[in-house]
Amino acid sequence: MAKLTFSGGIHPYDGKDISKDKPMKEILPKGDLVYPLSQHIGAPAKAIVAKGDHVLTGQKIAEAGAFVSAPIYATVSGTVKAIEPRRVVTGDNVMSIIIENDGLYEEVEYPAVKPLDEMSKEEIVERIKEAGIVGMGGAGFPTFIKLSPKEPEKIEYVIANCAECEPYLTSDYRRMIEEPEKLVEGLKISLRLFDNARGILAVEDNKPDCIEILKNLTKDEPRISVKALKTKYPQGAERQLIYAATGRQINSSMLPADAGCIVNNVDTVVAIYHAVTKGKPLMNRIVTVTGDAIADPRNFIVRIGTNYHELIEEAGGFKKEPAKIVSGGPMMGFAIFNLDVPTTKTASALLCLTEDAVSVMEPSACINCGRCVEACPSRIVPRLLADYAENYNEEAFLSHDGMECCECGCCSYVCPAKRQLTQAIKSMRKMQLAKKNAKK
Amino acid sequence: MSDLMKVSSNPHIRAKSSTGSIMAAVVIALLPAAGFGIYNFGLDALILILVTVLSTVLTEYIFEKILGKKVTIGDYSAVVTGLLLALNLPVSAPWWIGVIGGVFAILVVKMLFGGLGQNFMNPALGARCFLLIAFTSIMTTFDCDAYTGATPLLALKNGDAVNIFDMVIGKTAGTIGETSMVAIVIGACFLILVGVIDLRIPGSYIVSFVIFISLFSGRGFDYAYISAHLAGGGLMLGAFFMATDYVTRPITVKGQYVYGILLGILTGIFRIFGPSPEGVSYAIILGNLLVPLIEKATLPTAFGKGGARA
Repeated sequence: MAKLTFSGGIHPYDGKDISKDKPMKEILPKGDLVYPLSQHIGAPAKAIVAKGDHVLTGQKIAEAGAFVSAPIYATVSGTVKAIEPRRVVTGDNVMSIIIENDGLYEEVEYPAVKPLDEMSKEEIVERIKEAGIVGMGGAGFPTFIKLSPKEPEKIEYVIANCAECEPYLTSDYRRMIEEPEKLVEGLKISLRLFDNARGILAVEDNKPDCIEILKNLTKDEPRISVKALKTKYPQGAERQLIYAATGRQINSSMLPADAGCIVNNVDTVVAIYHAVTKGKPLMNRIVTVTGDAIADPRNFIVRIGTNYHELIEEAGGFKKEPAKIVSGGPMMGFAIFNLDVPTTKTASALLCLTEDAVSVMEPSACINCGRCVEACPSRIVPRLLADYAENYNEEAFLSHDGMECCECGCCSYVCPAKRQLTQAIKSMRKMQLAKKNAKK
Repeated sequence: MSDLMKVSSNPHIRAKSSTGSIMAAVVIALLPAAGFGIYNFGLDALILILVTVLSTVLTEYIFEKILGKKVTIGDYSAVVTGLLLALNLPVSAPWWIGVIGGVFAILVVKMLFGGLGQNFMNPALGARCFLLIAFTSIMTTFDCDAYTGATPLLALKNGDAVNIFDMVIGKTAGTIGETSMVAIVIGACFLILVGVIDLRIPGSYIVSFVIFISLFSGRGFDYAYISAHLAGGGLMLGAFFMATDYVTRPITVKGQYVYGILLGILTGIFRIFGPSPEGVSYAIILGNLLVPLIEKATLPTAFGKGGARA
């Protein structure tokens, strides 16, 4: 049988060996913690604490600001020092709650949980909503909305995205190796919501150990199967993942639910497990601190709000001068000005590279080689779209399906002329989306 | 760390291959054909190759210097053009033919249209067609020290017998680089292995050409006749090195098959029904002109928009 995959994609150096054998290690924050009120898709959360308030670990400090939003919880005990704008990984200044850590880690009492069997579907979704869980693979879309489609009986697949196709990232890998039962339990909880659905654990085949472990764990689970996908970037992109696992295609104007699918990242599924069975809100995540500039690359269990400086310190600091620091993976992450930014719900990695491939390579004329077309998983023509974007030719950009771009970065990666294809298309898409929103 | 780090939009890593490395690979791939040409035709061939390459590179350099543009000869694309053009010249051509061809290729076909990536016609082929029309007798005289008389394709057209084995090896009259099928295929295999070209265009070109001459040459599927057509003239050099020129072939995958088939048919028409035994150069030039149309008609269907599984 042909391997499960999609057409297009690339095979960059994966850099996972640097950190894949380092077990998850919990780190405790030392300095102040910063909680941006907007670390998810949707309306910013609303602060419900004020300067000077004493808070406990696990206490809600901001509530959902609208339907599409998510609450935020304190991850240490201490005092609210300020509520002011702070720099986040995207470079924006975002209103944030700053908490001075008292180092005591006094925890709130979590509400008692009913056994899973006695919980109704609504109660499960409510727990997930209250826990502030959002898509932790990077998008940050509130998970409870994903889990509440209009027609739940039409959902046929609940997919745990275990592809981890971004180079260098090993956080999902460690989670699958060390706590696979939490992942499986989390998936089973998700399946409780959809009577007609089957669960899929979709793993790239460069992680045979995970596939083995998950297969063993689920061999008595008739509703769950493990699917090995071809190792290729962007195998973990939602649309490509759905296609590889189920053969169904969706475009940019559709939701996975339109194809009968729900997709959640590994860490998100584990957060669902914690929220529903332990009553714990989303307070930490796994962050891979890696790259050739890092002395001791690691996978850390990090409390949300922890400053990036502390992560680097815990990883032994820099062994070489970094030329570029990226929050997230090298393909879709954000390059950051400096380390003075907090860990958010969507921060999967902190990548420190000694060489910045982008600034040493000068873009030159396109030679029409077609590599971008072959690499594009959205099957559009990046070369043409980048031209349309640069010339602000809206009509041609839209008619050539520019909005179908998933911003995976494959075209820029393969371009021998080093043109900024993804970047040009991305800017144009952002302008178009802004225009569309303004009309509403 | 008080200094701010460099930031840029994603992705933050890049593949190693560059325009320069791709062009350098093409130059390397052309060396077997050039080497065989020198072995076959002697030192004159080497001199003509050097003069032509020098003239293309110098033309690009001087043009960019005069206009105050960034000098781009470091990407080796001018070397590729010069080498391809030289391989398409008869060894008996005087040195100034190489110079005129080189200047025409770079100045008129490439730079005046905006330089690398902007030309709609393969520069080497554009120059060759210009020379064929302007200096017809020089360009079609293949008498030299090593060979006198007709090229295999002319002999074939006149109904004379040809030696297929000599044609495959390349020990026949012809332009410097086109005679040896073996040398060209070795170079082409290298390019395929390093991922610079693929078989879409050469494959559909050659297959459609074979089908066309089987149908219309009046000889049916005549094995010896077809082999002679494949090994003779510029077909191999054209199919693997000129039809695959990135700039002047369609960028869409489907379009590349359409383009290859078109070239096969055009070459068949020119070789069988035209006055000249050869037809590859004109077929490719004509194909180049249709590329924008082919691209437009073969745009891929975006993922999730109803396209078939690719």
